[in-house]
Amino acid sequence: MSVRAVFTSRLFWIGVATLVVGALLPLFASGYVLGLLTVACYTAVFAMSWDLLFGFAGEVNFGPTFLIGLGAYTAGILDARLSPHVSMWLCVAAGAAAAVVGGVLLALPALRLRGPYFGLTTLVAVLMLQNFVVVFAGLTGGEIGLSVPDVMSVDAHVNYWIAFGFMALSGAILFGLSRSAVGLILQASGQDAVQAGALGFNVVKHKLAAFIVSAFFSGLAGALMVFYMGTASVGTFVDISVGVQVIIAAVLGGRRTVIGAAIGAIFLIGTGELLRPLGEMATLIVSVIALLVILFFPDGFLGILRGGARS
Amino acid sequence: MLFWQILIDGFAISALYALGATGFTLIFGVSGVLNLSHGAIMVGAAVAAWAAAGLLHVDAYVAALIGIAVGMALAFATYFITVRPIQQSRRIAEPEREIFILTATLLWGIIIQELVAYLYTNNAKTVLPIVEGVVTVLGVRTPTNEFFTAAVCWVVIGLLWLLVNRTRRGKAVLAASMNARGVTLLGIELSGIYLTVWAVYGLLAGIAGILLGMFLGVSSYSVGPLTASAFSIVVLGGLGSVSGSLIAAYVVGYLETITAYMLSPAYRTIPALLLLIVVMYVRPQGLFGRR
Repeated sequence: MSVRAVFTSRLFWIGVATLVVGALLPLFASGYVLGLLTVACYTAVFAMSWDLLFGFAGEVNFGPTFLIGLGAYTAGILDARLSPHVSMWLCVAAGAAAAVVGGVLLALPALRLRGPYFGLTTLVAVLMLQNFVVVFAGLTGGEIGLSVPDVMSVDAHVNYWIAFGFMALSGAILFGLSRSAVGLILQASGQDAVQAGALGFNVVKHKLAAFIVSAFFSGLAGALMVFYMGTASVGTFVDISVGVQVIIAAVLGGRRTVIGAAIGAIFLIGTGELLRPLGEMATLIVSVIALLVILFFPDGFLGILRGGARS
Repeated sequence: MLFWQILIDGFAISALYALGATGFTLIFGVSGVLNLSHGAIMVGAAVAAWAAAGLLHVDAYVAALIGIAVGMALAFATYFITVRPIQQSRRIAEPEREIFILTATLLWGIIIQELVAYLYTNNAKTVLPIVEGVVTVLGVRTPTNEFFTAAVCWVVIGLLWLLVNRTRRGKAVLAASMNARGVTLLGIELSGIYLTVWAVYGLLAGIAGILLGMFLGVSSYSVGPLTASAFSIVVLGGLGSVSGSLIAAYVVGYLETITAYMLSPAYRTIPALLLLIVVMYVRPQGLFGRR
């Protein structure tokens, strides 16, 4: 794409507008709303990383929280043990590295197994991690959770800016990757691995790369979120319900779009909060909406937008 | 003493797992659907039986029948609301239907779970057992209900075997699991077969749910673990292989019981998960899988 084409594309300007609005938001919004959006930004990165694996590489990963949890807990445990001597950011980097190792471990069965079998392996990985956290409670804080001594900032504005900047940067990288030659090869390998191989593309190498990139961003987001929350717990980082939320966000926003995943995540977190006064009903209503979107608009929110623009 | 205890307890819990997983694998074998609302349907049936006994004051048998009816209704609802629209949708590409059905049934399961939680709270509920009392067998004091559970499970599995192998309808179902196109060429409506399978599935899941409710009790929190355990048993045995699931159910049931008695109940699920991972790496099609 030429430079001129970039500046005249609608997508580019929508992106710029979103960035400006997002960056200026703290000047108007309350601390409560910013806190909510901070969580939404990290969830958006979870969902975008998941979309890279599912939408492009065609790998049904039921355990995004395995990668997220590895990143979060590695960073959290290191910080809790070595706090004053080692910088928080080093712990974050270690968390991302641990998630990458986890991503490679997940990729090994993925290259051999198909569809539901791989899906189950990822599910089992999450259950194992959850058991590990509970069994080694001395190290991980167990079911109560692990509190970390360092926090990113006590200022809601700074926290939001870090989260938003991180989301924008990861989104740009993941989106760019998905539109690049690598993304196209991934998509081809996901749809028909044999044919992609016959065309001379190294399917194994590309899929492995997709796992590593997805794991890197999931782990990084998980690690950063630990230092935003000041605590790591199974309920926020590992539990299957968290992973389900990530998957629903990606499918709801529109799979194979990367950006849609972010929109879906922000929508999910926002709606969940708006409906909170309804108590138990909140999850029910969000699930019903998600089911309706999947049944009637399989291409998600972005699909609805695009359909509207076309007609 | 401990040996007999493990043997008896393990047998009952494994029989329950086997019954729960059989329906799950039947659906996959015939229509290729992995129903992630499985746990929710089991819990729904059990809670319906509990509510019927508690609110309508009917006796244990009638309550169980009401629970089974609700289980079947939920199974049909799953098929008509989530599975069929996706299978017939023109807007979802063939290779993507699997993930859509997985996501949709997952959401449907969450909806049932939340409805149960909303209507009857998250508390654990124990269904009134049909047989009460305690018997001592081989020096182990065991609730009579445990033997009843195992017996019912095996009778139902036996009836299922008869249905599939000895009746015309059952043979058509069996044929559809081998070659769906071949069955339609013989002039049998595939949609009718799917209805039969989902009805049988609802029956099995309903019975399994109610027995579980009598044996261990259920709550809306058991939905996820129940689905996960059925899924792992079925994969361990080989997707679509009913006899494989039965054997896998016993492997998992006894592994869990032995771990719970010998080590600690906290580690209950870990050995089974480890076994599953090893099997996935070494023999991805499961112990008795066809592919």
